[in-house]
Amino acid sequence: MSSEAHSNVHEGPYDQKHQRHDDGHGHAGHGTMKSYVIGFVLSVILTVIPFWLVLGDVLTSKQATVFAIMILGVVQIVVHMIYFLHMNTKSEGGWTMMALIFTVVIIAISLIGSLWVMYHLNTNMMPMSPEMMRNVP
Amino acid sequence: MSNSTAPSANTSEAVRFYIEEDEHAHASDGHDDGHDGGTALGFWIYLMSDCLIFAILFATYAVIGRNYAAGPSPADLFDLRLILVSTFMLLFSSITYGFSMLAMEKNNLKGTMVWLAATFLFGAAFLCLEFYEFYHLFHEGATPQRSGFLSAFFALVGTHGLHVAFGLIWMAVLMAQLKMRGLIGANKRRLMCLSMFWHFLDVIWIGVFSVVYLMGVIG
Repeated sequence: MSSEAHSNVHEGPYDQKHQRHDDGHGHAGHGTMKSYVIGFVLSVILTVIPFWLVLGDVLTSKQATVFAIMILGVVQIVVHMIYFLHMNTKSEGGWTMMALIFTVVIIAISLIGSLWVMYHLNTNMMPMSPEMMRNVP
Repeated sequence: MSNSTAPSANTSEAVRFYIEEDEHAHASDGHDDGHDGGTALGFWIYLMSDCLIFAILFATYAVIGRNYAAGPSPADLFDLRLILVSTFMLLFSSITYGFSMLAMEKNNLKGTMVWLAATFLFGAAFLCLEFYEFYHLFHEGATPQRSGFLSAFFALVGTHGLHVAFGLIWMAVLMAQLKMRGLIGANKRRLMCLSMFWHFLDVIWIGVFSVVYLMGVIG
């Protein structure tokens, strides 16, 4: 009871230090040999599959290949985040996760927004023939 | 950095940066692993802002990556076998850095140094392959000025390569510091920051090889 209250209140450097000592090895710590090896093996598999799909021309449909590459890439990024960067919801009181979520949202907005706007800008442009192109000032 | 103290004794109470806390932790016991709260979070936020730089470069590539200006396309230029090899160089360097961190946790200076040197070699191999690729591209006339696609390509991949180059410089400096001072608390903190930086670069590379190389070659 008392230790729980202790770790929830941030009063000064001493409290924070105690908090770190209490559960410092539980979450924010580094990986173990096992977790690094698991992460590495998963990364190798998730790297080899997309290269194999493209180099070996495995899937006939282009869309399916692109989709597979994207899914495998996202999965591998998550694997790296968990096994190499030791991301979790508890380290630093959840602030690293908050920063990550914020960044992902910004990235999604800028990527999707750019593609959306620029795609419509391209398709709604007046068509230009080579003759018109040549006479452009 | 840890030597910097407050100029006057009066203000020492008001100024409470992580450094003071850090010194307490190191003075009290030796088992502190350099995973200081303030530094880790601050460095993480730096990495997130770096992530935004790459996001914008990716967005630029996604928008103008197909504007070849009647020039070469990715399928003409890229050698995926070379990219696979350099991807594995970066992956190996990630796992060797992990081993270096494990050795650091056991206060094994020699192991830390050896695995860090292995990481450096794999990183240098990656950079050499990238230089070779760029040299090859320039030789074929595929310069950044050639087309929108190539401008975006060199901006994105070049920025990543620049990050790797600075990571290697950092690693060399850190190895010199480890040789001089050993595994002191400040060096452990630096090792922890560089490990985050290095793994982060590998994460960015996943996006690069997926979006630029693999999807580019498919067309």
